[in-house]
Amino acid sequence: MNFEAKIDKFINILIEQNGYVKVVEGLENTLKIAIVGLVIGIVIGTLIATVRVLPKYKVLPRILNGICSFYVAFFRGTPMVVQLLVFYYVALPLMGIRLPSLTVAMAVFGLNSGAYISEIMRSGIQSVDYGQMEGGRSVGLSFSTTMLKIVIPQAVKNILPTLGNEFIVLIKETSIVSFIGAADLYVAFNYIGSNSYEFMVPYLTMALIYIVLVCIISLLVKIMERSLHKSDRRN
Amino acid sequence: MIDVINLRKSFGKVDVLKGIDIKINKGDVVVVIGPSGSGKSTFLRCLNCMEDPTDGNIIFNGVDIADPKVDINIHRRRIGMVFQHFNLFNNKTVIENIMLSPVLCAKSDRRKAVRKNLFSKEKQPVKSVKEIKAEARENAMALLKRIGLEDKADVYPSTLSGGQKQRVAIVRSLAMNPDVILFDEPTSALDPEMVGEVLEVMKELAKSGMTMVVVTHEMGFAKEVGSRIVFMDEGVITEENNPADFFGNPQNARLKEFLSKVLM
Ligand SMILES: Nc1ncnc2c1ncn2[C@@H]1O[C@H](COP(=O)(O)OP(=O)(O)OP(=O)(O)O)[C@@H](O)[C@H]1O
Ligand SMILES: [Mg+2]
Repeated sequence: MNFEAKIDKFINILIEQNGYVKVVEGLENTLKIAIVGLVIGIVIGTLIATVRVLPKYKVLPRILNGICSFYVAFFRGTPMVVQLLVFYYVALPLMGIRLPSLTVAMAVFGLNSGAYISEIMRSGIQSVDYGQMEGGRSVGLSFSTTMLKIVIPQAVKNILPTLGNEFIVLIKETSIVSFIGAADLYVAFNYIGSNSYEFMVPYLTMALIYIVLVCIISLLVKIMERSLHKSDRRN
Repeated sequence: MIDVINLRKSFGKVDVLKGIDIKINKGDVVVVIGPSGSGKSTFLRCLNCMEDPTDGNIIFNGVDIADPKVDINIHRRRIGMVFQHFNLFNNKTVIENIMLSPVLCAKSDRRKAVRKNLFSKEKQPVKSVKEIKAEARENAMALLKRIGLEDKADVYPSTLSGGQKQRVAIVRSLAMNPDVILFDEPTSALDPEMVGEVLEVMKELAKSGMTMVVVTHEMGFAKEVGSRIVFMDEGVITEENNPADFFGNPQNARLKEFLSKVLM
């Protein structure tokens, strides 16, 4: 079969047999999982990072710190596929909870990226001069208010490129969610491929979509960085 | 206003402050001098509990703020602090730096008042958030005008010179209407030509009756503005006197030696 025929077949299934619906749905799910995962990850990661930079001479911070260490070790020490399978087929059924696979995927991606982002965020927080915290405390702001309004915004600015990378990693990792039956881009193109007995064009197109997604995100991160660095520029 | 009783502070095994007693009255300008490492910064930072005292009392307006159970944030609103390295918020503009805490504190007070009104018959008048912000902005602009930097209101601190940063830092602490302001070597990080403008602002503050505790190596400022000079050496206060006697007739041997070095 020549290349043109392959493309014809692909286009036929994509358009005539509603393949595009699956692709759009897959793209939507891929983005949903990655975006929701990133948002959950940022929240969890920031909380963990804050616990990690807390002064350690009291008991409560020490306990919290222990819990966070365990959490991070667990999610960084096991493959994401394993986490997905364990949550979907073991942990949730044991607790008697039934959730759609897409929801589980978003949650697991969030929990997982939370562990990674906590490390990124910790280095970000530590890169902010301690004087910023002291300045906030000296005018009567609490530790958490100073953290939220002064330290974390500056930390985020410092780690934005790394955070962008994490998002890219998440986008690419979504290709494993079919293990628990969630419909992502892989599922869509696999459907087209198996209906036409021809996988070359569908898989190449899938690769192209991932590359375009990643390029768009890189660009967005660059634009965001530039606008956030306003406060560094002399004018 | 601040009554320091037997203040001690150790970092691990190192005893930095070994029992400090001093009374700071309203309107005082107490200047603290002493050799490097003698514990001046530590002393100052204990006054607003930036460092938790190991032992002793700091009675501020009748409350012992060294007690870990008191809400220190409430009291810090009334104790300004100016740092050697300014510590302006880098992610906020100049005016935001000044307004931030006044607005947040007023908002939190407002929430408390609203909650209280829910449960009581006599309703207290409550300002709207908009009014709070407008008031804070107006106050901040007035303070900026006072130091001649009103045209810098909307720039970020990174665009200011050291002297300008420190003047902004001073009015940032002023914006809280503090009872006392603590200064830790406010001119030590400045280029020589900018020292004057900062000392000028401090002098004007002292003249307006502000209570101040100043750690500094600027002996001229100490002589001219200080109402009391304190010499600190190895974690204790070894001499305390009015400027004339302190510089004219020092008693302590280490102080004499110190003065002969710095007054050359
Ligand atoms: N956070 C800390 N941990 C351990 N030791 C500290 C800490 N802060 C200060 N010290 C020690 O306490 C002693 C007094 O320090 P401090 O900064 O109060 O001195 P200083 O009089 O302000 O000196 P300088 O004129 O150099 O600023 C020093 O020996 C210093 O090493
Ligand atoms: Mg010092």
